[in-house]
Amino acid sequence: MWDYVKLAVLGLVVVVAAVAASMARDLAYFVHMMVIILAAGITFFWVLRRIGEPVPVVNQNEYMDGPIRYGVIATAFWGVVGFLVGVVIAFQLAFPQLNFEWSQGYLNFGRLRPLHTSAVIFAFGGNALIATAFHVVQRTSAARLWGGGLAWFVFWGYQLFIVMAATGYVLGSTQAQEYAEPEWLTDLWLTIVWVAFLIVFMGTVIKRREPHIYVANWFYMAFIITVAMLHLVNNVSIPVSLLGSKSVPVWSGVQSAMIQWWYGHNAVGFFLTAGFLGMMYYYIPKQAERPVYSYKLSIMHFWALIFLYIWAGPHHLHYTALPDWAQTLGMTFSIMLWMPSWGGMINGLMTLSGAWDKLRTDPIIRMMVVAVGFYGMATFEGPMMSIKTVNSLSHYTDWTIGHVHSGALGWNGMITFGALYYLVPKLWQREGLYSLKLVSWHFWLATIGIVLYAASMWVTGIMEGLMWREVDAQGFLVNSFADTVAAKFPMYVVRALGGTLFLLGAIIMCYNLWKTVTDSPERKPAAAAAVPAE
Amino acid sequence: MAEETENKVKPPSRQYPDPAKKIEQEVKTTGHSWDGIEEYDNPMPRWWVWIFIITIVWSFGYWIAFPAWPGIQSATSGLLGYSSRANVAQEIAEFEERNEVFFAQLNDTELDEIREDDELMRFAVNAGGSVFAAQCSQCHGAGGAGVQAAGYPNLLNDDWLWGGTMEDIHQTIRYGIRNEDFLDARWSEMPAFGRDGLLDDEEIDQVVHYVLSLSGSDHDAELAAAGAENYEINCASCHMDDGSGDYFIGAPALNNQIWLYGGSFEAIRHSIYYSRFGVMPGFAERLREAEIRAVAAYVHQLGGGQ
Repeated sequence: MWDYVKLAVLGLVVVVAAVAASMARDLAYFVHMMVIILAAGITFFWVLRRIGEPVPVVNQNEYMDGPIRYGVIATAFWGVVGFLVGVVIAFQLAFPQLNFEWSQGYLNFGRLRPLHTSAVIFAFGGNALIATAFHVVQRTSAARLWGGGLAWFVFWGYQLFIVMAATGYVLGSTQAQEYAEPEWLTDLWLTIVWVAFLIVFMGTVIKRREPHIYVANWFYMAFIITVAMLHLVNNVSIPVSLLGSKSVPVWSGVQSAMIQWWYGHNAVGFFLTAGFLGMMYYYIPKQAERPVYSYKLSIMHFWALIFLYIWAGPHHLHYTALPDWAQTLGMTFSIMLWMPSWGGMINGLMTLSGAWDKLRTDPIIRMMVVAVGFYGMATFEGPMMSIKTVNSLSHYTDWTIGHVHSGALGWNGMITFGALYYLVPKLWQREGLYSLKLVSWHFWLATIGIVLYAASMWVTGIMEGLMWREVDAQGFLVNSFADTVAAKFPMYVVRALGGTLFLLGAIIMCYNLWKTVTDSPERKPAAAAAVPAE
Repeated sequence: MAEETENKVKPPSRQYPDPAKKIEQEVKTTGHSWDGIEEYDNPMPRWWVWIFIITIVWSFGYWIAFPAWPGIQSATSGLLGYSSRANVAQEIAEFEERNEVFFAQLNDTELDEIREDDELMRFAVNAGGSVFAAQCSQCHGAGGAGVQAAGYPNLLNDDWLWGGTMEDIHQTIRYGIRNEDFLDARWSEMPAFGRDGLLDDEEIDQVVHYVLSLSGSDHDAELAAAGAENYEINCASCHMDDGSGDYFIGAPALNNQIWLYGGSFEAIRHSIYYSRFGVMPGFAERLREAEIRAVAAYVHQLGGGQ
């Protein structure tokens, strides 16, 4: 019965999407409808073929690892895609000739830039967060994922969101809000998927068999709930037509800017910080086989982080039309955020105390430690850049780009790589990784890549900031904008090379993980049973 | 080897306490365990707590000193009376005041006499250079060399389109060229001889060769000779018999090797076939008169001023 309802709904979706596609007002909308037809059509036949087959009995005492395995694959895949696009646009900035005439309007810098940021943040980072959240919440709650097949819906629904966002960017469908570029249709779909994610996660936490909720799960929860709120508020818009991709935002003027950066900053705070801290709090103690350093610290820094982060957005709008008072609050809350951010770093690093020797023997631990190190650096640099005097130099320059990448490549990237190296042998029941040597190669390529990237961006950022503000004794600007662009060229090349090294490392990782699944000796199935540890 | 080591002073044996053991001796875990993960009951690091408190206290101080908390009508304004907008206005006013004399002088001096006053000219070139960097360099290049063969004129030579006197340059900057914004914009339009069927392909080829001959470029003498008549009828009224051009209607000189859109056979043929329509915005509403005069003085002294 339930299957027939599913078929009816999927069939209806295909028909409605086909009608909408035939009446589409723009290419992006047409392509999105085609993607929806394809997705719903495949699901239709998938359901159809299984009708009448006996439903396999699910052992509630076993963890549900299917969506996590898929999530791991998706993370690695989108990671490489995102890094690759990043390398391409880095070279486009250094050599504008790479914005080929034939690809104008599809693959020029303006189209690829949001593709890169969304691919790495939402496709790579998002898949990593969903997969690890599902993994961690099951293990630390000693419970199977709640909601039956809903976790599969979250996984595939999220991939559909990624495809719709990416095709939209390339075809020019964008709200022109940084990190919130997808238009209304894609936004609505993400909302549905995200609510499903929240339900699966919370359902699992509620039915947990451990008396307490582990700290990693606090962070995951904060991440899921806050991102839902940010997404909803920042994307309130009215579609111009239900048959077109364009919409008009409800917010306007400085309010729109403020809400956008409230969203943007907390996307960093809750997506890239809180969510990944959840990851850190599970995989570091597991890999190091050491207890977490301080329970008190984890409580204090969690609540302080959650409370303070949400206020810090206005520091993106220093010296703009935003009133001074809002700028003050944004800046001071950013400063107060320094220690709460560092709480996570301390807990991560100190968890290794007593196991420091593992830095020499275990490249995965090394990766995680470097990740936490970059986290600490970026969360010191951030509050510093939020200080108005510093910001008046750094804002709009490449320093910001360098800051973001030392956080994204160093912290988010490295901790995710560490988690993937931990997860793959576990999820595919392997004895261990195919090659620790390749992990070492990945580690060094990525680390050197990040250093090249961040250092070159610091240099160009500070240089261009100084050049922009340089005035002579009579108050006249000394440099034209073109002068500053010309001066940045060598550092742009260095940055692109750094990105290339990082990409190379990720490709080596994919090879290593692939070989782990196919070539590593199998581990005796130590029944993935969901039993409480106590 | 063995001998050698025996002779040397032995390094002190490293017997540092094992930090792991130390922690385990002193600190207990909270007693919880999740999937094998335990948590130590360590206190929060003192330095961490203190820096956190200091940043909070500092923030309270900052809120008292600067505009901070919003009310219903307005926000607290802070004891220091800080306002970012007032600061900018003040900074601008300071420079304005400092430059006031010069700006007034620029406005009051005849364009041609600016360069006779050394001090004023230095100021004008400096100010004009700065405005040029911000407003003009996008097309004319940071150094004023234009973009060769792409329709962005080089300002470093004396081959002018609309004239190179101070008056001419000033006029061009003020109102621009072929734009819809100013009635006084400089305006002229060359016919598209090929597209509009005024000349056939063969005739155009001949005229191209004639134009090439005017500048002493490689050309086919026979074709050039054949094109002479059509040049005289269709082109000479603006570009002059000898190809020296006409500033009055912006007709470029054809008797030198400076080409706005390139001097190849194909480029010249394209110009005759489709015509060209280079546009420049006017700056009368974007810049102050004194600034426009400064830019004129700057461009004039780049090398080709008349």
